[in-house]
Amino acid sequence: MTPGTAPADETTPTGEASSHAQQPDQAADDGPRAGAGSTSTDVDPRFAPEVPGHEKAEQATHIWETSRRFGITPEQYMLPAGQQIRMLAPDGTLIPEDQQGTSPGHEYPLPEDEALLAAYEALVVGRRINDQNYALVRQGRLAVYPSSHGQEACQVGAALALGDGDWMFPTYRDTVAVITRGVDPLEVMVSFRGDWHCGYDPHQYQVSALSTPLTTQLLHAVGVAHAAKLRGEDTVVLAMCGDGATSEGDFHEALNFAAVFEVPVVFFVQNNGYAISVPLSHQSAAPSLAHKAIGYGMAGEQVDGNDMVAVLATLRRAVDLAREHSMPLLLEATTYRMQAHTNADDDTRYRDADEVELWKERDPLLRMKRFLSGKGVLDDAVESRISATAEEVAASLRQAMTTEPAMDPLEIFDHVYSAPTAQLREQRAQLADELERSQED
Amino acid sequence: MATTTETTSTPETSPASAAGDTSPTGVKATTFAAALNTAMSDAMEHDDAVCVFGEDVGTLGGVFRITDGLTQRFGENRCFDTPLAESGIAGMATGMAINGMKPVIEMQFDAFAYPALEQIFSHIAKLANRTRGHVRLPMVIRVPYGGGVGGVEHHCDSSEAYYAHTPGLKVYTPATVADAYLMLREAIDSPDPVVFFEPKKLYWTKEQVDLAALRRRYESGAADAGVGTEGRAVVVREGSDVSLISYGPSVSVALKAAQAAAEEGISAEVLDLRSIVPFDDDALTATVEKTGRAVVIAEPQGFVSVAGEIVARIQERCFHSLSSPVRRVTGFDIPYPSPKLEEHHLPSVDRILDTLDELQWED
Repeated sequence: MTPGTAPADETTPTGEASSHAQQPDQAADDGPRAGAGSTSTDVDPRFAPEVPGHEKAEQATHIWETSRRFGITPEQYMLPAGQQIRMLAPDGTLIPEDQQGTSPGHEYPLPEDEALLAAYEALVVGRRINDQNYALVRQGRLAVYPSSHGQEACQVGAALALGDGDWMFPTYRDTVAVITRGVDPLEVMVSFRGDWHCGYDPHQYQVSALSTPLTTQLLHAVGVAHAAKLRGEDTVVLAMCGDGATSEGDFHEALNFAAVFEVPVVFFVQNNGYAISVPLSHQSAAPSLAHKAIGYGMAGEQVDGNDMVAVLATLRRAVDLAREHSMPLLLEATTYRMQAHTNADDDTRYRDADEVELWKERDPLLRMKRFLSGKGVLDDAVESRISATAEEVAASLRQAMTTEPAMDPLEIFDHVYSAPTAQLREQRAQLADELERSQED
Repeated sequence: MATTTETTSTPETSPASAAGDTSPTGVKATTFAAALNTAMSDAMEHDDAVCVFGEDVGTLGGVFRITDGLTQRFGENRCFDTPLAESGIAGMATGMAINGMKPVIEMQFDAFAYPALEQIFSHIAKLANRTRGHVRLPMVIRVPYGGGVGGVEHHCDSSEAYYAHTPGLKVYTPATVADAYLMLREAIDSPDPVVFFEPKKLYWTKEQVDLAALRRRYESGAADAGVGTEGRAVVVREGSDVSLISYGPSVSVALKAAQAAAEEGISAEVLDLRSIVPFDDDALTATVEKTGRAVVIAEPQGFVSVAGEIVARIQERCFHSLSSPVRRVTGFDIPYPSPKLEEHHLPSVDRILDTLDELQWED
């Protein structure tokens, strides 16, 4: 639908505002207060041009129209719901709809069983990949691995919420998301083995290279979305980062550019509590990271990142809204990194074992398993099929890591430019000569 | 591989005639700024993927008016203003280049580009390599640079060495009106990211240049045929006693010094590097082997500079042809001074002549 076509005092036409939609309060009650230069009869003055030279970005109108559609104020729309969205209790039971944290403008339909089962399968495979890679590092067969053990619901949700034509911009801890998206696990692991390239062709999967400089890739996500928008394509881009990364300047610039240019980017923050050793309390004094959205004129939401159902539901809706209205959104998932930052890190120096134990009770995989078993969707036969799939992936990783990767040292010159410069040709010849002489010795 | 003549360009030697800015041959006097503007306009006409953005480049046409009229002609989707954030500009351009566009972005001033350095160094320079050549970034980062315009602090840096030191970037800097056009067209068509340094002090210089002829020459495939400007230094004045090696804003200073030296009986050859990356070692070697002496002239501080790199390359490649130590005339190793003092800092004709006097002339 076209935003703004639904009068605020009528039922919303999309069905997104469900049966418990409340009557609009301030947005409708304020009545007509048109801003200067506006042709609309009831534009909220906070989102209308007030004086010439201070006209608002179109995104402001857009936010106003969208919130109006839900029968709430723009602030109510942009601020996260009163509590984080949660659908599954730790014991795996479905939380009653009126306690999920949803409200008008913040509704999240329960995904269908088929999608939930696919998510569970990806969770099991993702957990197996995390633990296999962790073991391979300890055996010295993998150079480094930033594990997402404990964060798999976010990883899986990120991949499953996207359509084929969409793009994903992951960080170094998002291996499981990238694999769930369809990139060959062995290709993804190339850089963690110590090779010099990212291992896969980003264009083939519409997944960018894992980004190591924190948050820088969020701007690339904005650019990809902007290019698509200029060509009239409906591509949505998912830009991933962690809680620490929200302190970087590029986080601010990316959210601001996305809102100003009205591009369909879903910013997905996995708040796992720590940036290596530094806790969230030292990163931000905001009520939540999702609250940062309103400062850019976009909607933010907070979700229980260890609740696979809620993560998938919120991400799906964010992707749908981004696509439908060409608008950015911010989703913060609260989760926990169960293992150290990498094998080079000692997490006992900055957090208590008790804290880690506490989060074991919120394990996303176990919670989902209980839910689906209780629902009758998951039985022993399905469970053993999924386990077998996970074991296959793990076995292929083990197998791949038993052989040394074939690296051609001369290739390090070949991709720096589209054609090597004269200087690089000289240096390549020098190395080739050295290699030849070393073989003769 | 130096080219010796530029048939389409004649440096202006006198003020515009009474008949207007038109030479007796009917070729109009064209500014460096107009050449850059036309290059972008022609590239946008030629290829829908080319888009221009940055701070104040849209409605205003840029603080130097280099993008003047592009929004009006091509619309706001092709030339537009961004929020005031250089990292954002460079980062968004990266994403657009990943997704099929050819962004031409403007850093308003040399020193204002520094917030974008992480994007430029960590991603723009490296993405092709990191993806094994799968993701190329055909983008141009335009940087108005250098002094000599009475600019205040943060407006006169010569920052080319930072970029030239970073593998994966190409670094161009034109010194003539014709090169301003041709090199910007080449930069936009390059499959690699190009940092395009525009000497601010040249923006309003005029030369008798036929841009239409340059357009025809460029679009007829001259660049594809391997006779483009990239990596091809040009001998802009022939001589036999000493080589003055320079680029960008210092080429005109070198030419004036060569003229003055000629009056003192010294025949100086002047080499304009045009692109710092790729670097034309062949042209450098050829001129130094020919003259046996070399002075490198460049605006920025000399310590760990492009000028220092050139001297090292001469020493490595031309040692047995040298009749004199290789010298540099550069800015001092200080932050760029105030407008009232910049004349003492910038390489001047007198300082170049003094340096020539100090070379070894006896066998």
